[in-house]
Amino acid sequence: MRTPVAYFLLLSGILFALGTVGVLTRRNALLIFMSVELQLNAVNLSLVSFSRMHADLTGQVLAFFSMVVAAAEVVVGLAIIVALFRRRSSIDVDDARELRW
Amino acid sequence: MPLDNVVFWVFAPIAVASAIGMLVMRSAVHAALFLVVNLFCIAVMYLLLDAPFLFAVQIVVYAGAIMVLFLFVIMLLGVDSPLPIRERLRVQRPLAFALAAGFVVELFVALRAGVGFATRAPDGFDLVNAPDNTQALAEVLFRDYFFPFEVTSVLLIIAAVAVMVMAQRKARAVTQAESDAAAATMATPGAEEGPA
Repeated sequence: MRTPVAYFLLLSGILFALGTVGVLTRRNALLIFMSVELQLNAVNLSLVSFSRMHADLTGQVLAFFSMVVAAAEVVVGLAIIVALFRRRSSIDVDDARELRW
Repeated sequence: MPLDNVVFWVFAPIAVASAIGMLVMRSAVHAALFLVVNLFCIAVMYLLLDAPFLFAVQIVVYAGAIMVLFLFVIMLLGVDSPLPIRERLRVQRPLAFALAAGFVVELFVALRAGVGFATRAPDGFDLVNAPDNTQALAEVLFRDYFFPFEVTSVLLIIAAVAVMVMAQRKARAVTQAESDAAAATMATPGAEEGPA
């Protein structure tokens, strides 16, 4: 592999930052959730890069586990969004603020 | 220019562009489709990093199953209802962009000082990956990380049951007053019609 590892890490950081911007600026619960997925994938990419850099498969195993947990997390999160929509027929996160203070 | 460099410089800009496209799209369906493109580009990066098993898993699980689930929920909740644009926190949006830009700059500086942009990965990875990636990964997973693997299966079962409980429509509990009223109506037929 000739591409320097730092390029992959920088790409992963840029994707993570874009996901953060999405979480902080969007108000649609589904789009916030997709941005969280983007962040998760960015961190997975950095895990696999470090695995390659240190010639150790543990990073890939950790990325694999994180994918499995992300699958469970997506299912639960989407069920919460569906329940929220049924209750107040809106998925704007500004509308769900009973527990804010 | 070696081939993997070419592949990286083709797919990395696509990954960044599709992430930006996901952020600026108003419609949730378009955002989801951009996210599929992004996940596919990340899968190609896994291939460049000598992880073909994760490449396959990324496409099957993320770009396949998870995004289908996302699109299913988007269609279920109705796609033609764009949210009204109203800013409650005026400072938040510029602050988010500034913090993200600061994060990328900081990461760039840290990478240059720590790893260095000229560092190439060592060549010994073929020995670790022998006889091939899937088999080597299975040995690590089922020998060193067997207990976490089993715990993961418990987690998946819990998530499946939790989702079924959370997503079902509950039958409304009948209160005592309502059942009394129903019983009274049944006892005196015609009471509801009122005076003739």
